[in-house]
Amino acid sequence: MSADLSELYQQVILDHNKRPRNRGKLPTANRVAHGDNPSCGDQCSVYLRMDGDKIADISFDGSGCAISQASASLMTTLLKGKSSAEAAELYKNFHEIVTTGKEPEEISDIAAFAGVHAFPARIKCATLGWHAAIEAMKGGPNITTESHID
Amino acid sequence: MMTTWTNVRHDFPILHQQVKGKPLVYLDNAATAQKPKVVIDALSHFYERDNANVHRGLHTLSNRATDAYEGARAKVARFVNAADSAEIIFTRGTTESINLVAASWGSANLKAGDVILLTEMEHHSNLVPWQLIAQRTGAKLRYVPVLGPNVEGGLDLAALDGLLTPEVKVFAFTHVSNSTGTINPVAELCAKARSHGIVTVIDAAQSIGHMPVDVRAIGCDFLAFSGHKMAGVTGIGALYGRRELLDAMPPYQGGGGMISQVEFFTARWKPSPERFEAGTPNFADAVALGVACDYLDGLGRDKIAAHDHQLAKLAYEKLATLPGIRLLGPGLGQERSGLVSFSFADVHAHDVVTFADEDGIALRGGHHCNQPLMRKLGLTGTTRASFYVYNTAEEIDVLVANLRKTLKFFGA
Ligand SMILES: Cc1ncc(COP(=O)(O)O)c(C=O)c1O
Repeated sequence: MSADLSELYQQVILDHNKRPRNRGKLPTANRVAHGDNPSCGDQCSVYLRMDGDKIADISFDGSGCAISQASASLMTTLLKGKSSAEAAELYKNFHEIVTTGKEPEEISDIAAFAGVHAFPARIKCATLGWHAAIEAMKGGPNITTESHID
Repeated sequence: MMTTWTNVRHDFPILHQQVKGKPLVYLDNAATAQKPKVVIDALSHFYERDNANVHRGLHTLSNRATDAYEGARAKVARFVNAADSAEIIFTRGTTESINLVAASWGSANLKAGDVILLTEMEHHSNLVPWQLIAQRTGAKLRYVPVLGPNVEGGLDLAALDGLLTPEVKVFAFTHVSNSTGTINPVAELCAKARSHGIVTVIDAAQSIGHMPVDVRAIGCDFLAFSGHKMAGVTGIGALYGRRELLDAMPPYQGGGGMISQVEFFTARWKPSPERFEAGTPNFADAVALGVACDYLDGLGRDKIAAHDHQLAKLAYEKLATLPGIRLLGPGLGQERSGLVSFSFADVHAHDVVTFADEDGIALRGGHHCNQPLMRKLGLTGTTRASFYVYNTAEEIDVLVANLRKTLKFFGA
């Protein structure tokens, strides 16, 4: 297996793909947004229970490749308990990692996604769940990665 | 015995390269096929020697370009056995051809209460144009179902008679499914439709370069196809339409080249094909398409069909041995086109495709512009390997070995 490919499919990603965390509908959710990737059919719904400005609980549901599923799973573990400003900051870091391959300063599982930058077509997979989460925080219902090219 | 042509791979310059350090194994032919050198050369030859606008000029180059363009139309007409070159309209491809029929024939012939009959296996390009004209005219869509959890039964022909009610005005269906490899009995479908006075539209995107396609033997009213899937270049395709129907249809777009007389407030148009080719046509690519027709006929389209089928059968047999695989479309012993489409319970198609690319193998993963069908089958997508004249049995072994590695990696 090539170095690029083993960077892409790191243990952390395989683990989240096989045993996704916080997967399924959140019965107590007061926000939900749905993201989809029309060119490949990946789908991800993110459920939030916002307590004021704080993400009190979060889950995701959907289908897609290992990268999209693992990213959404890891994201839920990172966002739980965060304020919307903290969540936006985390997304900024994540986005930089997947687009540039630059590893984060603090040690974090997010670093596992640095390998994505070598596969430009997969950046959309890695950010799908995050887009849906940000949209849910804003109170929007649906996003598609085609209109969220950033 | 596998049908092979000596040196056919030498005709395709793109095949002779390495991808990620491995010899390219190009198995994404249903998306677009590679081009033989004669076609690439025809295009540069045209631009280097004959290029000028067609039908307009009185100078030598313009005459040469016009002859080449109309010569290509005659070749395409012969390629599908049309009765008359005027029955061939050059378009951007299958999608534009179907949009042309839906918009032009549809606006003149459909009204509220009419039914447009489609099948559940249509590509979005033979579905969305009909949704659009249905919205504008008030016509309704109806679908011929597919049979079996993996579409192994093809179209439900027993249900067809009940669906061909008097409200049905047009029946549009694919010749070959791009996501299952099903070959539909097009002549039979057309005969049934015709006996009810229903106009037929065939999406031949996946059949045109792969098997003999004879519009008169099939008995269709319209047939749409793309050049790029049949060894031609991108940006050109054609619509075959029966003369009588074309002559009664309004223009699709307005502009130069399609009029006989223009006043400030009115215009009259030329007959087909000019009526449907507003503006400067894509003549250079059309000329290259004519050369692609010659190239394929040189190989022999029944031989191409046999070669594709043998590869698909071999691939199906070998893939069937992989753990947890779900194969779509006709089973062994049934007719199938030159593609195999499959999924794994635990490994997503995009991961499969990414791992294949590491071994230089080009596959397609996703819904193949077939979302309603995928949803019906409970799938978000499949992985597809599709074959053409230059593919070999050895390449199928490379594919199967790669898939085994991928499955092992994901612990599936
Ligand atoms: C069955 C079928 N119909 C229509 C199309 C659309 O062809 P094009 O994109 O060349 O217009 C395709 C190609 O993907 C196809 O496979």
